[in-house]
Amino acid sequence: MSLKRKDLLDIASLTKEEILLILEAAEPFKEVSGREIKKVPALRGKTVVNLFFEPSTRTRTSFELAAKRLSADVINFSPLTSSVVKGETLLDTARNIESMQADIIILRHSSAGAAEVLARAVRASVINAGDGWHEHPTQALLDAFTIKEKKGRIEGLRVVIVGDLAHSRVARSNIYALTKLGAEVSVVGPPTMIPPYLDRLGVKVWYDFDAALPGQDVIIMLRLQLERQGRCLFPTLREYARLYGLTMERVRRTGTDTLIMHPGPMNRGVEIAPDVADSGAAVILEQVANGVAVRMGLMYLLAQSSG
Amino acid sequence: MRILIRHGYVIDPGRFNGIGDILIEDRKIKELSSEIKVKHENRECEIIEARGLLVCPGFIDLHVHLREPGYEDKETIASGVAAAVAGGFTSVCCMPNTSPVNDSRAVTEFILRQAALAKKANVFPIGAITKQSEGHELAEIGELAEAGCVALSDDGRPVMNSLLMRRAMEYASAFQLPIVDHCEDLHLSDGGSMNEGRVSTELGIPGIPGVSEEVMVARNIALAELTGARVHLAHISTRGSVRLVREAKARGISVTAEVCPHHFSLTEEAVRSYNTNAKMNPPLRTETDVHAIKEGLRDGTLDVIATDHAPHAVQDKQRQFDEAPFGVVGLETALPLTLALVDEGVLSLEAALAKLTREPARVFRLPKGTLRPGADADVVLIDRERTWVVDPSRFFSKGRNTPFTGWTMKGKVVKTLVGGRVVYDEKAQ
Repeated sequence: MSLKRKDLLDIASLTKEEILLILEAAEPFKEVSGREIKKVPALRGKTVVNLFFEPSTRTRTSFELAAKRLSADVINFSPLTSSVVKGETLLDTARNIESMQADIIILRHSSAGAAEVLARAVRASVINAGDGWHEHPTQALLDAFTIKEKKGRIEGLRVVIVGDLAHSRVARSNIYALTKLGAEVSVVGPPTMIPPYLDRLGVKVWYDFDAALPGQDVIIMLRLQLERQGRCLFPTLREYARLYGLTMERVRRTGTDTLIMHPGPMNRGVEIAPDVADSGAAVILEQVANGVAVRMGLMYLLAQSSG
Repeated sequence: MRILIRHGYVIDPGRFNGIGDILIEDRKIKELSSEIKVKHENRECEIIEARGLLVCPGFIDLHVHLREPGYEDKETIASGVAAAVAGGFTSVCCMPNTSPVNDSRAVTEFILRQAALAKKANVFPIGAITKQSEGHELAEIGELAEAGCVALSDDGRPVMNSLLMRRAMEYASAFQLPIVDHCEDLHLSDGGSMNEGRVSTELGIPGIPGVSEEVMVARNIALAELTGARVHLAHISTRGSVRLVREAKARGISVTAEVCPHHFSLTEEAVRSYNTNAKMNPPLRTETDVHAIKEGLRDGTLDVIATDHAPHAVQDKQRQFDEAPFGVVGLETALPLTLALVDEGVLSLEAALAKLTREPARVFRLPKGTLRPGADADVVLIDRERTWVVDPSRFFSKGRNTPFTGWTMKGKVVKTLVGGRVVYDEKAQ
């Protein structure tokens, strides 16, 4: 089977089968990353461009490693030292990169829709590595991969996503992915951080973290963007941490062998207590490791589908 | 010079509705009746055959951005008025958010001079409420009135300071000028780019809630009641605003309101493909809001259809959705979109045309929008049945930023006369 798409722009438009296909494709690449020589020739001769308009270490490095382990040539495009500061538009930048025969462009941009607009303009495959508050599809795929690996399934699991849902692309992608895969998804956050009509995406909305916890198989903590202080979303970090921070006591409230996830980078002591982050229930570093395998699987499928 | 427009179906809202002839003499309407016999003895008379066409007073647009001075790459007064007459508009009222802002006699006179040179539509400048539209101090409103401004607005820069707005209303009353407000609480909008709702949640685009408009509509109504000033509310877009205006009118407050064709023709769904040509402020709302706007047009709550014609250069709109400027062009698509309301049964043809002619004239007290004998001979001839496909590259406007590209429209302007002079003739194009 192959993925009949040029691009991966979001999870919203993927079918359950397509999501499962990507997760399956990632399996063998997880093994590759454990080898002495972590390289396969799947993308030999292909050029992958990391086009990151927002600072990112984790996601950019993950894509770079994934591409290199597939034997692709990788270029990192850093806007701070480029023509972007000279006023070039995203589309012109992308067309220039494409003229250099890039096969896959990985885009991180602060504007929602940037990846979709780019994908319409270029022949290369575009992978959305996060666009504004919209989606971060590979994060959701690696989260699904990790849940499946640890729990053996996703269907029927109870998953709660906690934090600033309104401004989180990770949350949107995870909601789409996990609901499509049959999980029962809840979200928790202060009303100021729950966007309107979020329940229409098939999730249960809670404002009381403690009330939402019993029976949750997976807890996904979102990063609190500290720059949101002073924008009337929450009074203080202290109160946020008290109401929506994950503590050991809260982990125990689930009453089950719950899995703790975080897309990183963590604010220890704010959304997650240090002892929780370092506990056996936390799979935060496995998420990072699986990210490479999932991105390898995805690039492999996209390279196949575009011939 | 005399012109006889004959055999057309003439609608002069509130005055005439039927087959009729219009005689123009010395740039004015001389006579409108079911049949006019012209004697050729003294003076020549040009005949315009209008059989099968709809003939009505030229349209008045209370809300356009002509961009000159300062943003001539987006539009010039010449290109803007060419677009106007191609769309059937013989009079346009231009907003002051140019560079420099129209907050002085010099800028007003410049606009009037450029309009006179362009020799197309009549241009009525709207002056700024505050100096530079910065919302701090009143502009020299008395001088703006003398120079020829017909209304006052800081359009695009809402007057957030309610005391200042009160003073502006009080002061403007001395000059019989209406205050036009772009109703938006900028704190509530919080930098948003589209309607806050289901689609913005899915797309991850920062939202502008309907209440950001409604709280300011409510404020302006309260201030209008307090001051007794004439207050005109620009581009109403939400159900809540329609309700507030309806209640205010029922209580006898002197408030009027306009709506733009895009706000009754499209919903927030048009933004789904991140189409920056569907980005304007106020944003496209929901089906519920569209329904309420149509109801407001029907019951007279919404007096006027205005375009908020806001041209931008192509490169301005070729940006990410959140970075692209607000605004769409409207002069060349307003007529068929308004006629679609007639086909849908929302308005009678006469009522629809009144929202483009008699009503805007009443709101700004312009001596326009009628075929009454003695009026300036501003007339538009329309092929009501003609269908055409919107192709922005054929616009007279420099702006190509329309959300209606590729739409099949019904109803087309055939000929436009301003002051008895043909300023647009589709056959001549």
